[in-house]
Formats: sequence, C-alpha cells, structure tokens
Amino acid sequence: MKNKNIIQKLKKAELKGRGGANFPTYLKWQMVKDQKATKKYIVANGSEGEPDTNKDGWIVKNHPELLIEGLKLALKAIDHSEAIIYLRKDYFKKYQSKLQKLIGKLPITIFKERGGYLSGEETTVCQEIENKIARPRIKPPFPGQAGVYGFPTLINNIETFYYAAKIADDDYEKTRLITILGKVKNKGVFELPINWPIDRILENTRNIPDFDFFVQMGGGASGEVLLQNELHHQVIGSGSIVIYDKNNTDPYAFMRRIMEFFMEENCDKCTPCREGTYRLMQMIRDRSIDKKVLDDLLFVLENTSFCALGKMVVPPMRSAVKKLI
Amino acid sequence: MPKKINITINGKKYKADSGQSILDVARANDIYITTLCHHPDLKIQGSCRLCNVEIKGKNGLHTSCSTEVSDGMKITTDSPNIKRARKINLELIFSEHCEECSDCIYYQNCTIRNYAKKYKVKINKFTDRKKHHPVHKFGPALEFDSSKCIDCGLCIEACHKVGVDFLEYKKKGKFFEVMPSDKKDKDCIYCGQCLTHCPVGAFEGVGEFEGVDKHLLNTKKTVVFQFAPSIRSTIGEEFGMPPGSVVTGQLIAAIRALGIKHVFDVSVGADVTTIEEATELIDRIQNKGEMPMFTSCCPGWVKFAEFYHPELLPNLTTVRSPQIIMGGLIKTFWAQKMGLKAKDITVVSIMPCVAKKYEIKRPEMKINGIYPVDQVLTTRELSHLIRKNKIDFKNLKPEKLDSSLGIPTGAGVIYGASGGVMESALRTAAKMITGKRLPRIEFKQVRGMEGFKEAKIKIKGNTVSVGVVNGISNARKIIEELKKQPNKYDYIEVMSCFGGCIGGGGQPVPVNDEIRQKRAAGLYTVDTNKKIRLADDSPIVKEIYDEFLADHKNVHNVCHTGFMKKKKEVFPKK
Repeated sequence: MKNKNIIQKLKKAELKGRGGANFPTYLKWQMVKDQKATKKYIVANGSEGEPDTNKDGWIVKNHPELLIEGLKLALKAIDHSEAIIYLRKDYFKKYQSKLQKLIGKLPITIFKERGGYLSGEETTVCQEIENKIARPRIKPPFPGQAGVYGFPTLINNIETFYYAAKIADDDYEKTRLITILGKVKNKGVFELPINWPIDRILENTRNIPDFDFFVQMGGGASGEVLLQNELHHQVIGSGSIVIYDKNNTDPYAFMRRIMEFFMEENCDKCTPCREGTYRLMQMIRDRSIDKKVLDDLLFVLENTSFCALGKMVVPPMRSAVKKLI
Repeated sequence: MPKKINITINGKKYKADSGQSILDVARANDIYITTLCHHPDLKIQGSCRLCNVEIKGKNGLHTSCSTEVSDGMKITTDSPNIKRARKINLELIFSEHCEECSDCIYYQNCTIRNYAKKYKVKINKFTDRKKHHPVHKFGPALEFDSSKCIDCGLCIEACHKVGVDFLEYKKKGKFFEVMPSDKKDKDCIYCGQCLTHCPVGAFEGVGEFEGVDKHLLNTKKTVVFQFAPSIRSTIGEEFGMPPGSVVTGQLIAAIRALGIKHVFDVSVGADVTTIEEATELIDRIQNKGEMPMFTSCCPGWVKFAEFYHPELLPNLTTVRSPQIIMGGLIKTFWAQKMGLKAKDITVVSIMPCVAKKYEIKRPEMKINGIYPVDQVLTTRELSHLIRKNKIDFKNLKPEKLDSSLGIPTGAGVIYGASGGVMESALRTAAKMITGKRLPRIEFKQVRGMEGFKEAKIKIKGNTVSVGVVNGISNARKIIEELKKQPNKYDYIEVMSCFGGCIGGGGQPVPVNDEIRQKRAAGLYTVDTNKKIRLADDSPIVKEIYDEFLADHKNVHNVCHTGFMKKKKEVFPKK
C-alpha cells in the first residue's frame, strides 16, 4: 500500500518543515500521534506573512488537491483528529470556495486569519483559532502537546502537507518552492532542488541581472542580505529570493521598509521586540546609526526575545548595515 | 507527588521538584534573580525579559520564570552576557516609564531604580516614548498614568484573576497599549488589584499623594480620623515592620501626632453592621425574604452587582458598610454628645481600599444632606502623611482610642480578613436565634486565603449554609451555582480583593499570599486576645442602641442604604 506508514516515509524522505524552522516533519507527526487525547487538531498553516513570499498561495491556487491529500494523510495517521486550513485573509477570500469543494465531507474546516505576520507563529495560530489576542504563548507546552483548545495539535506549513502528499505518492524529488521577486525578468514561484545554491537558481530561471545587485534571501522581512559574491548559499527560511539593484537602492529606505514591517507586525509583548524595534526604526529614520546602540539592541533581540519574531529582526539588520552602508 | 530532581545553580547543587521553574527553585534557595513582570499571585508573563539565565548545553539566554528545571540542569544566574542583556532591557524599560518618583507609591522602595543602580543603567539613554500618553481616570477611585506603564501585563492579568477583565490590550497607532475597556458591557469595579500588582507605580489612588493633607489644616472644623479593621495589621509594613505586626496603639499615636485629637476605630461601626446584618438575616429567613443574602460592605462587589448582576440587588443586605455607619454615627450620635453640628465635622477614613473613595461619594449615603465620610485615605496615603510629618512611627508610644466612641469587639476587628464579616454575623445570629451564647464562637471553616469557602453551620436544629468568596471570579462561580441550585446557600460573603481587605487595593505593596496570610493572622490574634468577642456584647454598641438607635428612623438613616442598576462609568481617555 502506498500510504502505509506515512510517518516512516516522511522520515526516510528527510522532509523538514517548510515554514522556516526546518524541524523534521516526521517527529512532529509522531509526537502528536503518540499523545493520548480525546481530540487532536491538524493545522495547515497558510499565514504566509513574510513579504515577498507567496509559495503557499501558489500551492492553494495550483495544487489544492495535494494540500487536501496531505491533510488526509495526517487525519489518517493521527487518531481523533480534525483539520483546519488556516489562511491569510486574501487567500481565504480567493480560494475558500475552491477548497470547500475539494473538502466535501472531510473533517476539515477553513479558518480566516485575522492578524498579520505574527499570526503565523505556531502558538499564535492557536490563539487566533481560539479567538484570543494574537500573541505567542509560553513554550512548553508545545502545540504538539497542548495546542488548539489545549489539545495536541500538529501545525505544519501548507508546503509541508503538499510534500507529504508527494512523498506518499513516491513522487518527491527533494525539491522546494522558491519565490523569486524584485528586479528580475522571470518573477514567480519555482519548484527546484533543495540543494541548489542561489546562483544556480538564478541562472536556471534566467534571472541573473546584468547590473550590480544584492539579494534578500529567505523572506522579505527576515531574510538576510547577500552580496553577489555570496550566492553559493542554499536558500533557507520561507524560500524567497528578492533581487535589488545595488547602486539604485537606498539602504536606509530598504532597512526602513523592513523595520516598519517588524514594528507594525510585532505583538509588543516583550521588551526587546516592542522597544528595540522602535529604537532601531528611529535610528534608521534619522539616518544616523550608532553602531554601539545597534549592537546592543540586536543583542537583546537575538538573545532575549519572547518568540522567534524578535530574533528574526537580527539577520536582515545585521547584514544590511554591514554590507550596504 | 512531583519527582525530586537534582540541579546545579552557580556551581552549587540543589534539590528541586520537576515542574518547578528555574526562578521558583532559585527563590526557594535564596538565590536572587532580577525580575519585574513576575508576581507570585499571577500567571507567568515572560514579558520583561530580565530574568535571563544561562543553561549549560543550550545556546543563548533563557528566562528563568518560564523555563522548567530538568534533572542535571546546570544553571548560571550571572555572567557578562546576562548582565549586558539586563542592562539593555532595563534601558528600554526606562524609555517607556516617565518618572515621577516623589509622587509614586514605590518612592521608598522602587524596584527599577534599585535595578538601575545594580546594573549601572543610564535611565535616560533613550528619550521617553510615552511622554504624552494619557492618564485614565477610573471614577473617584483610581488613576492609571499610561506614561509610566512598562507593558508588563500584570495589571491585565490581575484584573482577569479578580474576574472583571476590564483592562485589556488595544492597538493604538503602532503599539498595543494597556487600556480600560470601551465595551458597553465592561466596567471597572474599583478594587485596585491592578495597582497592587503593578511593579512600577503606573496606577495610584485618586489623590495619592498630592491630596493627602486636604483636610488636615482645616482648623474651622473638628477633624475626626477613623481607621478600618485591617489597617492595624498592615500599616507596620510601611515602616519596615514585618507583615502581620499589630500596631493599633502606634497607629492611634501617629494620627494624634498629626494633630488629630479624635481617633476612632471603624471596627466599632463594624460591630453595628454585624448586629444589623444578623437581624436582617434572621428576618429574611423567618419572613421568607429574598434569599440567599449577600454581604454588601465591599464597595467593589456592590459595584459589580449593580453593573453586571442587577438581578441580585434585592439579595444584597441593605446594611451600610462599617465606615459609612461609623461616619454616620460620628456626625449624629457623637456630634450630639459633643454638642457639635454635623456640618462642622470632617470625617477622614483610613481604608485598605480605593473603592471606598467611591463608596463615600454615593449620594444615597447622605444623612440630612450631609455625607457621613468626607475623605478616604488609603493605608499608603496615611503612611505618606506620617512620613511627610517626620513622625517616627516605629518608636511611637502606643496610645488609646478616643473613649467617647468606645472600643471594638474581636468580631469587629476580623472584618478585615476574608470570612470575617460572616464569622462576626454568625456569632451574633447564633446568639439571637438560640437566646444564649454558643460554647464555641469561632467558625474556622470560613477563615483562610482560599478564594472559595463553604460551610454548613448548625444552629438550634437548623442548618445555615454559607459561602465565603474573595475575588469576583469566585463570586461569579457562586452566582452560577445559584442558577442551578437557588437554595444552596443562605448567606454569602463576597470580597473583591484576594484575601479580603487585608489584600485591598489601598494596602502596602508588595503583597503576596504569604503576606496576606500574616496580615490576617494578626487580626485573628487581636480577636483571640479580646475579652469581648461578640458585637452585641459591646458596651458602646449597647449604649448606641439604647440612646440613639432605639429610634427606628435613626436606624434607617444611619445604618441602611439601597442599590441601583448602574450604567458604565469608566471610559478610556482618548
């Protein structure tokens, strides 16, 4: 049987979560399966809050049947479970009816996300579904132990379910979805081998610019800045590459867009993220960066933020200041 | 039973229970970890990010409040990185807090100022972000100066634990802010638990401290001070004495040292409340009145019932609270005795409570057009006044009450602890029903810090079912219970604050379960040491009833009140 022991198959395929954290998928599934509970939830996370990323949207648009297939596998593997497709507002509006048709009588509901970027964080997903303030929860317990309404909850990115379906069909060739945007000719979402470095990806998609450029890789907010001589890296995070014209991009405007995003999208719960992003924003707005203060603020963001969002401010800011100023 | 595990903190071995946080274990072993958003009464917030520690084998820093210990864990509570993180986060915290130290409830013992010193924090490294943030006024009881708020979340958590959920996070511009709710079906009950759980003094009582001597210098009137039952076992903390120290004599002496000649004890008023309440209870039982009967001496609870559960108002005892009865007696019975006119007397109450500031302004309390009480000062405000006048409280020679309104019974004193009103009323009711003194007058079932207590009391073949709750969330439980079983209780005591008045919003800070327990224990010691422990055995109460309350009109005017359905009173300031 094709679907026999999907968890073993996920393990063998070495599938890792495609939300950005890279956690082995089979471990998550196993953990929720092993919990003893009268009810369990499975959530396909389609929050896709990173700017310049739309691979989850691409799946829902082009291959919704594989998402549903992936959810069916999880529903089968995990007892007493029901599933939720958790979609950001615009995806919900666009694809809800199409998904509903595919769902039919399956125990799957579609949830419209209210919040923004932070609402994609897994404990915040639980808060949203429970109609509570969109703020992260203290971990442990992890959602796998106590998630939505306190029940064991498997939360995977939509892309992860898409690949789970492919793995079950023995149709997985170690690829991932890459969003390419910015000053390029062939924008779009591409399905390419995981181990391809950035330069190969750009070449293969005929996107190597003919001007001096830099890229932001791994998300339009949290992605790191890489220069032309650093394109041997593999793509990480949410899998996006955005190309910028190096000579015609104002680095302060570039950083300001990122910091404005973080300041708007964070939940203001913890000191370093609430106040730290505000002070970073001020320095960038005033075009006067005190390196010592910058270093201090990034230090507390990286080391003391409550959730991953605060830590995510660090790679783009550190790399942008170092490489673009 | 939790599993015992071994951990190492700063190179030394300690035993811990699995499930404990690193912070809990450190505290239990007298290892100090810097915290701000941690309060033992409330759920872990994890918002200030000061309590970071290092754990061997794990990268980076970890908040000790939210990290559970595990067997073999090796923890370091101090390192250059830990210090650096604390210093920077403190500088950010100071950037949200507009200091106004001389007028702050933490003036004497400010946590963040102490941290600033310890970590060599530049408190003005960043400009004040909240400079023009508004002050929200919560009726005549409380103020929330949002320019001092550090967003720790404890006030919202306290308001939630009390069971009101009036404070909430709301996005204003780019930031979430702590805000009073603008929802029509939510209102503040003025309990002040937000205040006692705020670590930086963003909340204060109305008039705290700028209005404390408003009536002190009024030489034209006779100024009378009266102090609530619980003050005697809490005010000592303001002067460095251990929690629970009973300092009635010094308290009286300190008020006299302020130049106040007439000092009375609200516990005498409580004795009158007890007699009236016991009479009303028996009357309701015998004449099939609205049952169960709820106490109404907690103004926060009254406000809650008037706003959230007006259907319960017929069940609230109409007997006035002790401070209002006492103020009324001072301006009638005592005034007559002294040859004074009510309008020439100013009554200042020392209260454990900020809702009492609201209670005295209720128009239905007026007697012949005059309010029984003119001003409420909290325990903290009186202490401020005492310090301001350079009175050495600790070393004062104890003094006695003004004898013209007598001394209270033990029953009147225990009003300050959760269960005290109930116990006092039961002592008297039992005697009224049986016609004789019970051999056992202590009702220990209703004592203690638990939020929800119940007991069945047998009196002369009848059983009186009582419920005693502190915290409105527990009152909600009782209200739900009554929907299912309307006859489950006969008599219910409700106090808004954790532990009753000894944990009130006007009491010294900080506060926690251990401190509340000691404060309550102090009051019960006073009771045990009293010769007279039943309200109706009090000579002064007898005198008041013989001479003044024999006239039913006086009973009505001085001892009883009414309630009404309330509309929302508190709105966020724009």
